[in-house]
Amino acid sequence: MSINPAGWRPERPETAANAAPATVTGNRALMLEEPLIFEVGSTLTTGVDLAEPPAGKPRLGTLERTTAIGLPGLSEPEAMRHYTRLSRQNYAIDLGLFPLGSCTMKHNPRLNEKIARLPGFADVHPLQPVDTVQGALGVIQELAVWLITLTGMHGVAMSPKAGAHGELCGILAIKAALEAKGEGHRKVILVPESAHGTNPATAAFAGYTVENIPATDAGRVDSAALIARLGPDVAAVMITNPNTCGLFERDMKTISDAVHAVGAFVYCDGANFNAIVGKVRPGDLGIDAMHINLHKTFSTPHGGGGPGSGPVVLSEALSPFGPLPFVAKHADGHFALVEEETAGDDHPQSFGRMVAFHGQMGMFTRALTYILSHGADGLKQVAEDAVLNANYILRSLEGTLSAPFAASGPCMHEALFSDDGFPEGFSTLDVAKGLIDEGFHPMTVYFPLVVHGAMLVEPTETESKAGIDQFVAALRSVAERAKTGDISLKTAPHFAPRSRLDETQAARKPVLVWKDAALAQAAE
Amino acid sequence: MRYLPLTDPDRQAMLSVVGASSIDDLFVDVPEAARLSGPIAGLPMHASEMAVERHMSALAARNTVAGQVPFFLGCGAYRHHVPASVDHIIQRGEFLTAYTPYQPEIAQGTLQVMFEFQTQVARLLGTDVANASMYDGSTACWEAIGMARRITKRAKAILSPGLHRHYVSVAKTMAKYTGDALDTAAPTLDDDFGIDSLIAKIDGETSCVVVQYPDILGRIADLSALAEACHANKALLVAVVTEPVALGAIRSPGEMDADIVVGEGQSLGVGLQFGGPYVGLFGCKDKYVRQMPGRLCGETVDAEGKRGFVLTLSTREQHIRREKATSNICTSSVLCALAMSAHMTLLGEAGLRRLADLNHLGAASAADRLAEVPGVELVNTSFFNEFTLKLAKEARPVVRALADRGILAGVSLGRLYPGEGALANGLVVAVTETTTEDDVEALAQALAEELA
Repeated sequence: MSINPAGWRPERPETAANAAPATVTGNRALMLEEPLIFEVGSTLTTGVDLAEPPAGKPRLGTLERTTAIGLPGLSEPEAMRHYTRLSRQNYAIDLGLFPLGSCTMKHNPRLNEKIARLPGFADVHPLQPVDTVQGALGVIQELAVWLITLTGMHGVAMSPKAGAHGELCGILAIKAALEAKGEGHRKVILVPESAHGTNPATAAFAGYTVENIPATDAGRVDSAALIARLGPDVAAVMITNPNTCGLFERDMKTISDAVHAVGAFVYCDGANFNAIVGKVRPGDLGIDAMHINLHKTFSTPHGGGGPGSGPVVLSEALSPFGPLPFVAKHADGHFALVEEETAGDDHPQSFGRMVAFHGQMGMFTRALTYILSHGADGLKQVAEDAVLNANYILRSLEGTLSAPFAASGPCMHEALFSDDGFPEGFSTLDVAKGLIDEGFHPMTVYFPLVVHGAMLVEPTETESKAGIDQFVAALRSVAERAKTGDISLKTAPHFAPRSRLDETQAARKPVLVWKDAALAQAAE
Repeated sequence: MRYLPLTDPDRQAMLSVVGASSIDDLFVDVPEAARLSGPIAGLPMHASEMAVERHMSALAARNTVAGQVPFFLGCGAYRHHVPASVDHIIQRGEFLTAYTPYQPEIAQGTLQVMFEFQTQVARLLGTDVANASMYDGSTACWEAIGMARRITKRAKAILSPGLHRHYVSVAKTMAKYTGDALDTAAPTLDDDFGIDSLIAKIDGETSCVVVQYPDILGRIADLSALAEACHANKALLVAVVTEPVALGAIRSPGEMDADIVVGEGQSLGVGLQFGGPYVGLFGCKDKYVRQMPGRLCGETVDAEGKRGFVLTLSTREQHIRREKATSNICTSSVLCALAMSAHMTLLGEAGLRRLADLNHLGAASAADRLAEVPGVELVNTSFFNEFTLKLAKEARPVVRALADRGILAGVSLGRLYPGEGALANGLVVAVTETTTEDDVEALAQALAEELA
């Protein structure tokens, strides 16, 4: 091979002879294809050494398993390679920025993981006698105090397993409170159009009729329309603040007062609490219930989609109706667990139990570790840096992308753009897929629905200025390519482990479990 | 503050780009009266890694660790050995810190794990399909009741007396708001799984019968006749498995024609963790897949024809259907599902069956030894790794007294069913591969002394 005559910058190979050859394995150096365990494992292989079972006669009656389960096994080295290779086909916050509006993805400190794995937390059974789990109850109580204090609320329900589960908890508390007042006939919940889809789903799931409230041209809830709709049939308003357009609802207190005046309650989707933690207490805005996604505000890992944890802070009016069990601290410092049997005296109006056991302990330890690491001063800085980073992105890209609410005031922790100005045939999706080739996870796209071709960017507080500058440069470049009609964007991503996947086929003819090719053929 | 990369000069430079003179200019939309100035009173300031570790370790030290004492608790959460490689796998940053795989081209790792998990779970439960996990067993059980209501258009569910008390409580809470009628009763302290009395209750209004297998007292029974009776009345059989290791030794509910099988996957790969996070299992027959809640991963191809995986059938979900969604569930337990899937892969069929044998024969031997103790009667004749003892005294104070002696003896039925006097003497004992003969002997001797 001769030295590139044009200098040190390599030229793109022009001919097929120079093109990269296909590989026999399908692998490309460090990018390795990985078969399914069902294609390489065997039901005879095992990666664990277990002791010889003791002698004895089975006591299974007539139920002894007679058929094969069909679970392939891998030896330990094969298993480590399988999962390590798969892991390399994932984007993750440990690899780079996740600019996901409404789904905060921030650095996950490894101290949190270390603490959650202490045997004193990880190897404790939920039904151990309470005297043997005073430290675990202490964690729950200490985290509860932080959440109540930071939000300026009266009580907190710790057991909900995720944000949407927390929404249900808040709505059930509202329903119980209304029924206790003899107001069970209220059947309507008002939900602004910009709300997360879980909000209307939750309200409907709990038996309510959902009515949408429009947004104003400035990207905030139409408070006049909302207040005009209030009446004796309204049970609650579900509102997100800061909202999904990235804006603070200026009229929040006015709305809350109007809602309370007609005897209804205010539910706040607290997914965006990280924008205001330490700066604003939702209790001061008249909110009655709000869930807090521990992974969003307090850095528990997202884990590819869960587990979550969604404690719900409650106002004084709702606290008596919160779920069981909960932790109570006695004057002598001893922690008690208030369950069904003791609730009769202490908490007679509880709406009941939402989940077996006590909630996501493993997430509580991580969140408390993060909170203690930051302290009251650091958490305030979290909100300030998150908001500063988002506004920096908004102003840096405003000349490149249409920013429909840029004139509505500063954004909070996320900046909203739209596809306005793209030529025919180019969409937000193309920009998203183009960003993948630049080494970034795309921002949230097509949400919120209030603007066309939405791109919602949330950098979070754990991104550096240099990292954000690089992201801005990448997004600017991809957006400019879209605006000039660069056709190569239509087939992006080009450098990901897979090119665009056929989602239509997957939904039309769902293949949800693996079937041996021979078996599948025989079945047809 | 080690988690915050911005320096003060960075902040100044960024503020000037933004066109603000101070950070508070960015909070102008917050009404003055609601703004806080300075850190919130009464809360401590930030602490070093070492200081936080010391504080949290002190809290951890106030708990009795299951692995350090003779330990026999079960009832929906089981202590099994988890291979070191499982925890290593879930701590890989690309799994731990990934997002929901909405951008499938750069999330094939998580998606393939979900697809493998769905297949493993479907095979274990004996169902045609399974989803990519739910919050936990108790909420999966509630979702199954809701699904049966949607399919049968009926709202009367019969819950077996052997269904875990907490699962019943969760279902009761939800039913208050959805209008389902639940037929429930406390279990009896005997060897009757109750198939016949459940069959007798089924009528034309029944949406489903929910039965736990093995049940809260550890009893097992053939569900085939119950399934047949359900189907004869156009009702569904929902089976709940809280100890999936059992399915390495006993027939799966799907094999006995259950329509929906839900479960708690914590036993495989996920530790006790004081109750959570756990992993809900959810499988069903093919014909009901579009009514199934939760995330599903499906196989497809990319533009070059290569096999790949995507999230699919999302038209059932809240982000598309909003108030018409099948369920409001928006999170699953993917990382816990990965732990369970990796543990199942390491075990394989051969390993799972051996693990099940170890559990079962160990439990059988322990049951015989404990039944020799004066004042102890073994309730079940057949069981997997958990059985019930009827003590000559109320069990709850006995459990507390044994805890004071450093033995975590099991779950007293009085703790789960505080109002039911007839159950007060019941003690549910779980034995797994982590239980030693010495542990059993220590329990037997301590029980003998407490009951004397």
